[in-house]
Amino acid sequence: MKRHLISAADLTRDDAVLILDTAEEMARVADRPIKKLPTLRGRTVVNLFFEDSTRTRISFEAAAKRLSADVINFSAKGSSVSKGESLKDTALTLEAMGADAVVIRHGASGAPYRLATSGWIDGAVVNAGDGTHEHPTQALLDAFTMRRRLVGADTGLGRDLDGRRITIVGDILHSRVARSNVHLLTTLGAHVTLVAPPTLVPVGVEKWPCDVSYSLDDVLAKSDAVMMLRVQRERMNAAYFPTEREYSRRYGLDGERMAKMPEHAIVMHPGPMVRGMEITAEVADSDRCTVVEQVANGVSIRMAVLYLLLGGSDTALSAAPARTEENK
Amino acid sequence: MSKIIIRGARILGGEPGDVLIDGETIAEVGTGIEAEGATVIEAEGQILLPGLVDLHTHLREPGREDSETVLTGTKAAAVGGFTAVHAMANTFPVADTAGVVEQVWRLGKESGYCDVQPVGAVTVGLEGKQLAELGAMHDSAAGVKVFSDDGKCVDDAVIMRRALEYVKAFDGVVAQHAQEPRLTEGAQMNEGIVSAELGLGGWPAVAEESIIARDVLLAAHVGSRVHICHLSTAGSVEIVRWAKSKGWNVTAEVTPHHLLLTDELVRTYNPVYKVNPPLRTEADVLALREALADGTIDCVATDHAPHPHEDKDCEWAAAAMGMVGLETALSVVQQTMVDTGLIDWAGVADRMSFRPAAIGRLEGHGRPVSAGEPANLTLVDPAYRGAVDPAGFASRSRNTPYEGRELPGRVTHTFLRGRATVVDGKLA
Repeated sequence: MKRHLISAADLTRDDAVLILDTAEEMARVADRPIKKLPTLRGRTVVNLFFEDSTRTRISFEAAAKRLSADVINFSAKGSSVSKGESLKDTALTLEAMGADAVVIRHGASGAPYRLATSGWIDGAVVNAGDGTHEHPTQALLDAFTMRRRLVGADTGLGRDLDGRRITIVGDILHSRVARSNVHLLTTLGAHVTLVAPPTLVPVGVEKWPCDVSYSLDDVLAKSDAVMMLRVQRERMNAAYFPTEREYSRRYGLDGERMAKMPEHAIVMHPGPMVRGMEITAEVADSDRCTVVEQVANGVSIRMAVLYLLLGGSDTALSAAPARTEENK
Repeated sequence: MSKIIIRGARILGGEPGDVLIDGETIAEVGTGIEAEGATVIEAEGQILLPGLVDLHTHLREPGREDSETVLTGTKAAAVGGFTAVHAMANTFPVADTAGVVEQVWRLGKESGYCDVQPVGAVTVGLEGKQLAELGAMHDSAAGVKVFSDDGKCVDDAVIMRRALEYVKAFDGVVAQHAQEPRLTEGAQMNEGIVSAELGLGGWPAVAEESIIARDVLLAAHVGSRVHICHLSTAGSVEIVRWAKSKGWNVTAEVTPHHLLLTDELVRTYNPVYKVNPPLRTEADVLALREALADGTIDCVATDHAPHPHEDKDCEWAAAAMGMVGLETALSVVQQTMVDTGLIDWAGVADRMSFRPAAIGRLEGHGRPVSAGEPANLTLVDPAYRGAVDPAGFASRSRNTPYEGRELPGRVTHTFLRGRATVVDGKLA
């Protein structure tokens, strides 16, 4: 493993499979009566959130706590940051407090990279979403969910997503989830197709290792998983598309479209969903939709990431979480 | 004032010769010159150029003296071999009145390191809505001939047309910062392959090119001349080439950094590479070099843009745009244009002294190295190699993209009207 997790592009296939396998171990902990491991006892994890994101923050918080780490939540709102303190000074403060890992969510693309490479702090940096750049733990939990559903929880161990066809639909241009998923899923052997109106696909996408389609209907039958991305209503005002209704008609997933997908195929969404926009209630509430599973898997993945960055050596891994519990 | 002999330098890169400076002027150019009591500078192997002229410098005073003052900026200019700089108008307050341009002009006189020619704002407060008193700025002691809202584009086509027409009365020129504002809302870097990956807001080439296309057509329509600031794309080169082929009165500048650096550097998210217009692609860099060589682009201008450390020691989106450039400009031009064989030293004299002085209608600068001319001269050691160390800058700011990079050439002496402002690479 690397020292930081900044970009899904930095992960090799073996890194990624190791994280997924470790997450399976962590998921088993969640089934126990006492959902806690002593692995990171005495270590401090700081959740440094410059953007509001309750879901991601509590997911990281739950993950760190299940590993017995001390968790400090630092929210930029109401703090000195809102009074003009720089990222550098905030980082120096956290360093002085002895943070072993900093989980950062920031509105500026590249802020986690700056934090990790500017010499401001020594601890591990985990990118919890930066601007419109990347959200690597989201991609990992998505890949984890896909592997469980499409390969199998136990049979999937040690395996990747070779040959699976994944379709990602929505606001690709502004999506850090899409960027991380394109990198990670491709690394894991999957074939990714992005679907969006041309206005919501970045100039330069032709160099990405994936296909781009402007028609959702054309690709549904060839998808093992369809990931719907949230489309913010504000985009309409910037003329990315004419109206909500037109967007839903062309790119929304409803029951009729879902029926065109292969029987085994799943519907995913990183949340929060805009029901009636990119996804109908019928689809969101169906058995094929993994939204709630993704949330649960998010905790396992973040446990695995924190464990590997802070606690584990690569070799001692496979049975390590269980063993530490027994050795207590 | 005493006499100085510069002995054995290659004048504009030609044959070695001697130059005798007497007081403020060049007294004699020849070989084997002797003069009683003269200080002799042995300059074998060095290149003697006319003092460099920058059409595009941000001196920041008044208002942002924490990043640069007229004094520190002109010191940096002298170190870089410049004898005259055009001070851009985006100060606080904006240089949009006779009072502010005269203040900057007076500060330049007091500094003594380099002549400072203030640029006047085209519109009040750089707001792009109402013409500033261009005539008053021209008639002031500062004698403004170049007008620019640089930092902002004069995007209203009617205001641009009027400005182009109006300055004809006193042979002025409008220097356009070509940036279509709607196409560049939230723009952080060149729009393309790298921005798509990094998730940084794109600054598309078309936002520059569309304004240039409009402005060359406007200039042709009203019979004015227009100057394009910091041209940065291959497409812009094509448009200017076309406009010149029509015989229209269009001139253009390119910055040293756009001749050398590309948007690949943004992958580091290090804001030292954040600049406006943004670093473009390798193909753009090569097109700009070619255009500077063939004369499509008239001159090099630094767009020296000092910023305090804290404005660069932060995340990319929060950082200020701009780079310092006065002290490294000539070295970058040597590396990208001379050492590559695209132009010779006479070409450097043309692109960094004769042409910018002519575009700015600047008197006493950009003159030939010959007897009777003002002794504004720059002596360069082209064999020098050294890594850029911002700690040694004369500028108050350190935001250089070249830190630690080895660049060729060094200015050893700069003379402003016969007075040495730089001796052996150090401020005199």
